[in-house]
Amino acid sequence: MSEKHHIIPVWFFVGLLLLIYGVLIFGSGLLNWSHPPEGVELSNLHAPVWWGALLIVLGAVYCAKFYPRRET
Amino acid sequence: MIAAMTLAAPTTLVHLSGVDLIIIAIYFLLVLAIGFYLKKFAKTGEDFFLAGREMTAWVAGLAFVSANLGSLELLGWAGNAYQYGIMAAHWYWIGAIPAMVFLGLVMMPFYYISKTHSVPGYLKLRYGTEASALSAVTFAFMTILMSGVNMYAMALVMEVVLGWDLNFSIVVSSLTVGVYVAAGGLFSAIFNEVLQFFLIWFGALLIPILGMIETGGWSGMVARIHERFPGQDFTHMWGPMSSASNNPMGVQWIAIVFGLGAVQSMGYWTTDFLVVQRVLSAKDVRSAKLAPIIGAFFKMAVPLIVILPGLLGRAVLNVHLVPGNVAQPGQFKFDDVLPLMLARYCGPGLLGLGITALIAGFMAGMAGNVSAFATVWTYDIYRPYMRKDAPDAHYVSMGRWCTIIGLIVSIGTAYLVQYNKSMMDYVQALFGFFIAPLFGTVVLGMLWKRVSRMAGFWGLLAGVVTSVTAFMLMKFDPSWVKVFAFSPLAQPLAQAMWQALWACVTCVVVTVLVTLVTKPKPDEELRGLVYALTEVPREEHTSWLHRPAVWGVAALVILVVLQIIFW
Repeated sequence: MSEKHHIIPVWFFVGLLLLIYGVLIFGSGLLNWSHPPEGVELSNLHAPVWWGALLIVLGAVYCAKFYPRRET
Repeated sequence: MIAAMTLAAPTTLVHLSGVDLIIIAIYFLLVLAIGFYLKKFAKTGEDFFLAGREMTAWVAGLAFVSANLGSLELLGWAGNAYQYGIMAAHWYWIGAIPAMVFLGLVMMPFYYISKTHSVPGYLKLRYGTEASALSAVTFAFMTILMSGVNMYAMALVMEVVLGWDLNFSIVVSSLTVGVYVAAGGLFSAIFNEVLQFFLIWFGALLIPILGMIETGGWSGMVARIHERFPGQDFTHMWGPMSSASNNPMGVQWIAIVFGLGAVQSMGYWTTDFLVVQRVLSAKDVRSAKLAPIIGAFFKMAVPLIVILPGLLGRAVLNVHLVPGNVAQPGQFKFDDVLPLMLARYCGPGLLGLGITALIAGFMAGMAGNVSAFATVWTYDIYRPYMRKDAPDAHYVSMGRWCTIIGLIVSIGTAYLVQYNKSMMDYVQALFGFFIAPLFGTVVLGMLWKRVSRMAGFWGLLAGVVTSVTAFMLMKFDPSWVKVFAFSPLAQPLAQAMWQALWACVTCVVVTVLVTLVTKPKPDEELRGLVYALTEVPREEHTSWLHRPAVWGVAALVILVVLQIIFW
C-alpha cells in the first residue's frame, strides 16, 4: 500500500482484528453450545461458532498474506 | 431525527457480557496502537493532511465509502427503511452511485491534477479568494459542529442501547480520536476507516442472513409484511412514486431523480471535502479515478446491512416502533430497529462485535470531521490569511493542535446540544445548505472556462441564501411546503431534496448571469483546472480491465438492474 514510507499494510491490521475477534466469538459460541443464550432467535443454528470460524479463516489469510516482512 | 433519540429511552436495549466488553476494549487498544505506530510517518504536510498521497485505489475507495458509513447513518437509514420501506434504498443507489461515478470519471482528474489539498483549495485556484474563503469558513465551522453532534449522538446511543454514562462515552471517544488523529493525521483516519468498514460488515451481516432464514427468504419476508400491514407498500421503490400521496414519504419520482440523484447526492459525494479528501490521498490519477468507483460497488451493497434489517424489522419484530418525536417512555423508536434486530439474533460475542461496529462508526465519523477540519483550517484559512510563509513543520504542528482544539470545541458542542436538543437538527440542516450550491459552483468551474472569478462567489452565495430561505420558510410556515416541493404532503426528506434542487438551480443561473457581464480569467491561470485547458492522462495502454470508465459503466448497469428488480 505504501511505496514511500514502507508502512505495514492496513490489511494486516484488518486480518489481526478479524483473527482475534474470530477466536473470541468462536470460543464464546462453543462455551454456549449446550446452553444457548435466552431471548436470542435461531440460537439453535449456533451462529457464533460458524461466524467466528469464518472470521478466523479470513483473519488468518489476511495476516499471512500481508505479514510485514523485513525487506533486504 | 437525532434530537428525538433523547426522548423515550425505554430500558437498555441490550446487555453485554464479559466477552463483548473484551471485544470493545480490544478495538480501542488497536486503534490507539495504530495511531502511535503511524505517528512517525506523518512528518510533512502532505503526509499529515493527505496521507502522503500514496494510498492504493482500494484503500482510498474503502476509506471514501466508510467516511459516509457512520453509525448515525446506519441507525438512521435502518429506521427510515422501517418507516418508509425499500424506498429508503434510493439514498444508496440513485442517491449515490451516479455521483460517485461522476466524481471518479469527470471531476477527480481536475482535483488531482491541480494538486489541491482540499475543495476550498480548488476554488481558490479556479476562482480566487472570495469563493474559497466563503467555502472554507463555512466548511470549517460546520465540520466542527458536526463532530460535536456525532459525539453527542454516540454518547446518546450508548446510553440508550447499553446504559453507559453520557460523560463517560464523550470523554473516552474524544480522547481516543484525539490521540490517534493528532498522532497519525489522515493516515490514522484512513486506517481506522478501513477497519471500521470490515467491522460494520462483519458486525451487521448476520442480521439479514438470519432474518432471511427466519422469514423464509425474500418472498417470505414480503408475505409477512403484507400480512401484518395490509394495504401498505413497503417493498417497491418506484411504483408508489407516481404521486406524492401514494407513498409515506410524500415524494414524486421527479424529486428523487433530479433533487436527490442530480443535485443532493452530486453535491455531497463530489464536493463535501470530508469524503473527497480520502480520494485525494490516492497515489496517482488512475487510482484517484478508480477509488470512488470501487466505493460505488460497496455502496450499492450497503442496503443489505441497513435497508434489509429495517424491512425485516417490519416482518418479525413483535413491538411496534413509532416516530422519535412522538415516542413515549417505554416505546421504541424507528431508529431503534437496528439495535433491536442485533439483540434478536446476536448472543455473547456477536453482540460485542455489532456494538464495536457502531462505536467504530461513530469514532470514524468524528475522526473524519476533525481531520477534514484540520486540513481546511490550516491550508485554507490559517496559511492564506494568518501566516503565509511558515515552514512545512509549522503547518503540521498547526494541524495537530487543530485536531486537539477541534475536539475540545466538539465536546463543547456536544454539551451545548445536550441542553438544546433542537440544535442538532439545525446543525445537520445547516450542513446541507452549502453542499448543493457548492456542486453548481465547482462543476461549472471545471467544465466551463468562461466562468469568472466573481461569478463563482456570487453564484455560491445566492445558492446558499436560497437554500437557507427555503428551509426557514418550510420549517416555520408549512404552507410554503406546497410552493417549494409541489405537494403539501412532502416530508422532511422530500423537502430537503427540493431545497437542494432550488439552491443549485439558483447558483447555476446567478453564476451564468454574472459570468456574462464580467471579465473571464486568462487561460494561463486556468491550465490544469478546467476541462478545455487540462491534459488528462489517457489510458489507451491500460488493459480494459483496469480502466476506471469500464468499471464506472458496469456500476451504472448494475444500478439500473437493481431498479428494475425492485421497481
